[in-house]
Amino acid sequence: MRILIIEDDKEAASYLVKAFREAGHVADHAADGLDGYAMAEEGHYDVLVVDRMLPKLDGLSLIRSLREQRVETPVLILSALGQVDDRVKGLRAGGDDYLPKPYAFSELLARVEVLSRRRASAPNTEPTLYRIADLELDRLSHRVTRSGQEIVLQPREFRLLEYLMKNANQVVTRTMLLEHVWDYHFDPQTNVIDVHVSRLRAKIDKGFDKPLIHTIRGAGYMVRVGADGDEE
Amino acid sequence: MNAPMSALGKLVRTTAFKLSFAYLLIFTVFAFVGMGYVAWNAQRLLTQQFISTIETEIDSLSNLYRFGGLRRLVTSVERRSRAPGALLYLVTTEAGERVAGNVGALPPDVLSRTGQFETLYNRTDETETRPDTAIVRVYLLPGGFRLLVGRDIEERRRLQEVIYRAFGYSLLFIVVLGCVGGWFITRRVLKRVDDMTEITRHIMTGDLGGRLKIAGTGDELDRLAQNLNDMLDRIGELMRGMQEVSDNIAHDLKTPLTRLRNKADEALRTASTPDELKSALEATIEESDNLIRIFNALLMIARLEAGNAREGLADFDAAEAVRDVAELYEAPAEEAGVSLEVSVEDDLPIHGSRELLGQAMANLLDNALKYGAATGGAPPTIGVSAHRSDGEVRIAVADRGPGIPEAERGRVLERFVRLETARSRPGFGLGLSLAAAVARLHGGTLLLEDNGPGLRVILALPLKAVELPQPPLQSAA
Repeated sequence: MRILIIEDDKEAASYLVKAFREAGHVADHAADGLDGYAMAEEGHYDVLVVDRMLPKLDGLSLIRSLREQRVETPVLILSALGQVDDRVKGLRAGGDDYLPKPYAFSELLARVEVLSRRRASAPNTEPTLYRIADLELDRLSHRVTRSGQEIVLQPREFRLLEYLMKNANQVVTRTMLLEHVWDYHFDPQTNVIDVHVSRLRAKIDKGFDKPLIHTIRGAGYMVRVGADGDEE
Repeated sequence: MNAPMSALGKLVRTTAFKLSFAYLLIFTVFAFVGMGYVAWNAQRLLTQQFISTIETEIDSLSNLYRFGGLRRLVTSVERRSRAPGALLYLVTTEAGERVAGNVGALPPDVLSRTGQFETLYNRTDETETRPDTAIVRVYLLPGGFRLLVGRDIEERRRLQEVIYRAFGYSLLFIVVLGCVGGWFITRRVLKRVDDMTEITRHIMTGDLGGRLKIAGTGDELDRLAQNLNDMLDRIGELMRGMQEVSDNIAHDLKTPLTRLRNKADEALRTASTPDELKSALEATIEESDNLIRIFNALLMIARLEAGNAREGLADFDAAEAVRDVAELYEAPAEEAGVSLEVSVEDDLPIHGSRELLGQAMANLLDNALKYGAATGGAPPTIGVSAHRSDGEVRIAVADRGPGIPEAERGRVLERFVRLETARSRPGFGLGLSLAAAVARLHGGTLLLEDNGPGLRVILALPLKAVELPQPPLQSAA
């Protein structure tokens, strides 16, 4: 995955470039809004990570200009500002996700990876059926089956599984789950999300040999086929 | 900053000076008009009196002449001429030769004029040659003789002089008094304004404890000073708040930072296998995540209290938001062996941030789960409710735990305050502060009550005023 980091703080930028490269991605860096705009327009990046406050051209204007030029690369906005409507402003300008500073890198990485995947599958061709191994989730009939056996889920559990399966093989953080399943953007302090996931896991994985919902330590959860264990 | 004005320039520019000057001008004009009228009237009266005296004399003398002939006239004129303070008399022949009277030289042609008029004259008994002025009347007697009767108007002139002098003096008096008075008033006002300027400058350069003097007169300047003082109090409060926060941050962040550093240090010294190193690193990351959480919570509280979060507010249904959060916490509560009793009234529109209300609710539920474990065999329940009451939405989270002693209730809303009983459990002491800040942002309050037993935390938020339904817009196209 090719990532462009547009960030004027050199130290933060070089940390991000290094961290993304270690995670197996290609990362470039632009130090101001104009350079960033030029690089984003020409280079074929999968995701842009844009700081809100940039010299020469601020982050939101940059995103707006790119969208006007029909550059639809997913954008994640990093912001040290934190007004209540900051996120809304960012998304309205054409950003796809928003992360307030300070953040944990694992959170940023998970969000960037999800964004890049979203790009790969065009929004209109979103499948109506998610399948992973023997687990199936039908988005139209709201039915979930494993090995042909129907699993009864609460509406919220269904949405949780839906989001996890939509982003199968990718790390999904607790904050992302709270955002997409409950539509709240705060940091879940205690283990609320963990409890919901473990309940879901009890319904999905109990009685089956291969667990599908995995805990990724220090990051979040992942639905995938394979051994449970630490990644990253 | 302007260049300092000269004292006079400053004086001239003051409102007080301008007002005094205008009043002075108006007063002077009035005095002029009033005194001028008095002077003019006095003159007129005197002249009238003079004329009537002259008329009477002429009447009586012409009668004497008519009945007693020239001799009696002459005798009478001579006698009257000699009386002290006499009028002016002159009897002449037709040719103008003097027959009797006390008038010596007269300008030529005077005797041929009729009616009253003013003329210069000399008395016969006077030695000096400077002529005086008089009002005279010439009367033609039968037989060609002329009778002149007149009155000296020196008196009138002197009166005029007196009036004019009085006029001058009083004018001078008014101007001087007006100037001095105006100057004093201006000085007084200027002095107070200058004092205020001086004190505010002093305060600006760092002495925030300074306050403006209140004269106690209740005038505009007093009110201004009072407002400035109130403002300074508020600024002082905010400064103290900031100070407290930064002290607390310094203190409370040092602990986890030190722990973080020590963990890394220890790992560096003692860890020998990659697994040990890895787990040490994971522990440090966890510790830094906690730090990030504390920072985020602190920043959020600071932003809420600065009041600049207001622009992102919108209308939403508090009932739905409360149900959502309650649902989020149902599973964790169940896991902890606590039953969540939710009782939410439908349709509770408020103006604010669903996000922040959710966060505040989450904090309260977190607290209830952490500290609200039932005591003394009571069934472990947490009550979540939201109801309308007196134009307010009262959202309550009630537990059956030990509660908070009344004396401590005010304190726990402060940042980083954790009761002794809570020290052993994870947390930063920011949850209630944040919830209180959220309540304030919504124009409401956070109340702590006894749930007998347990703690009931209430977010009392103003209901959104019901809007009248808008008429549907007509499409022009």
